[in-house]
Amino acid sequence: MTNDATNDVTRSREVKKPLAGAWLQRLAVLVPYLWLTAFFLLPFAIVFKLSLSETAIAQPPYVPVFDLSAGLEGLKAFFAALSFRSYGVIASDWLYAASYLRSLEVATFATALLLLIGFPIAYGMARAPRGLQPFLFMAIVLPFWTAFLIRIYAWINILQRDGLLNQALLALGIVDTPPAWLATNSAVYIGLVYSYLPFMVLPIYATLEKMDERLLEAAADLGCPPWKAFWLVTLPVSLKGVIAGALLCFIPMVGEFVIPDLLGGSENVMIGQTLWTEFFGDRDWPVASAIAVVLLCLLVVPMMIYQHMQSRAIERGR
Amino acid sequence: MRKGPSWFNVTSLALGLAFLYLPIAILVLYSFNASRLVTVWGGWSTRWYVELWHDEAMLESALVTLRIGLLSAAAATVLGTLAALALVRFGRFRGRLLFGGMIYAPLVMPEVITGLSLLLLFVAIDIDRGFWTITIAHTTLTMCFVAVIVQARLADFDRSLEEAAMDLGCPPIKTFFSITLPLIAPAIAAGFVLAFTLSLDDLILASFTTGPGATTLPIRIYSEIRLGVKPEINAVCTILIAVVAIGLVTASLTAKLSGGRGRSAPIGAQL
Repeated sequence: MTNDATNDVTRSREVKKPLAGAWLQRLAVLVPYLWLTAFFLLPFAIVFKLSLSETAIAQPPYVPVFDLSAGLEGLKAFFAALSFRSYGVIASDWLYAASYLRSLEVATFATALLLLIGFPIAYGMARAPRGLQPFLFMAIVLPFWTAFLIRIYAWINILQRDGLLNQALLALGIVDTPPAWLATNSAVYIGLVYSYLPFMVLPIYATLEKMDERLLEAAADLGCPPWKAFWLVTLPVSLKGVIAGALLCFIPMVGEFVIPDLLGGSENVMIGQTLWTEFFGDRDWPVASAIAVVLLCLLVVPMMIYQHMQSRAIERGR
Repeated sequence: MRKGPSWFNVTSLALGLAFLYLPIAILVLYSFNASRLVTVWGGWSTRWYVELWHDEAMLESALVTLRIGLLSAAAATVLGTLAALALVRFGRFRGRLLFGGMIYAPLVMPEVITGLSLLLLFVAIDIDRGFWTITIAHTTLTMCFVAVIVQARLADFDRSLEEAAMDLGCPPIKTFFSITLPLIAPAIAAGFVLAFTLSLDDLILASFTTGPGATTLPIRIYSEIRLGVKPEINAVCTILIAVVAIGLVTASLTAKLSGGRGRSAPIGAQL
């Protein structure tokens, strides 16, 4: 597949020329492919299998471990030992369903909040002078790259009972007795909005920045009031960014652990916390795996939409 | 003709940036607080940094975290760059759809799921958990970020340069190293920095895949802050923020200087 000098030039321009020899190319695909198969795909198969296992008091705390050397008999024994106990546990205890519902509710509400807050910021960025935009961009990206855990911790500083927020509220005379912020729903929402804001702003900004301003001028010339032009022109143009941003926030927020754990209360736990407790606290690995499998099933549709949008973006880029 | 930003645009931007930066600024400020009471300002002092310097356990964690970060970022950069080349350049190969899926899924996958599944893999193949398992876990997650960043750069650069080189008889491999690689180098560098900072910061994957003797900084910080705010932790966090911020600004400046063209997408634009 090397470049043939005798090829006529026009044809060779049309054909996507390989960068390297065929075997090198294959190697370049194979290495990351195998890595991800081994450390991303295969582990899911194990989670799935483990979710169908019985808990045991042992190390590791579950049976059966699949024994390849036993051949067909081993396979039969393997299937015989499969158990739906973990899924039974999840289905029978209201705690788990409540936890899933709560996670979906929190993620949905937080995504809506992020949209309301993130869209004006992205819009402001896109309307800022061209020369300023790279700096604004950097300013939005920077906190997203600086330690997630630290940013949550920063809010504990502010939200604790004698923290700065309450000091400010008391000083301004807005409240008489300091309200509790930590371990409340508001704290969880503040944490979520704060952590995920760049994920919402950046995709929306990317679409708004490319928008042709003349569309708005044309609308204005034709007598369209600004709010209507926003509704009929700006919003549809930015829709792709809005969807991408919403998915980028919603999917990981459903499984969020750190934010509800550090800022939220002990009632109303989210599913990420339930999984964590089941795994590290109760050491019930099969149930933890089953929780992960069900969570994955809940998220598979939004993830596929996100995937689809991303691959289409690459196709367009080529 | 562009209309300038309205007062609404300016206000929302200013409020947004204040919201993003104020908590971090407060954290940094209070790390220089002389008082042990974290909510009372007792004057300027660097005592918490001095105490930190004598905290053996914390220093050891920092060292482990740094080693894991550098190693996993290096591995992730190589793997991610190869993956980006595969996605953008190698056309349709068998299993491309699955490959793309495996690149994008980790970006949004809740980390508790990824962490749990990796741990179960490590238990199933029965290897000692600790430094290496955390490194593998971080490499797996961060290579996908590198792939996305490099892929965006590959997708929008001018291929006629490569074609010219090859038409002039430059062998493909040499073309790759003397034309393609220098052109995508800023994106690769940005990918490395992002991979490093993600690894520095990760709590969940590290908690699942850690073993005896490998307590990373986030794991230590997390166990401390569950008990409440401490001035020493403010100091650790400030140092971490400084390290990451310096790395990021350097990376984006190099990307800007060597990027040349005006519309080279800023780092992270692709996420």
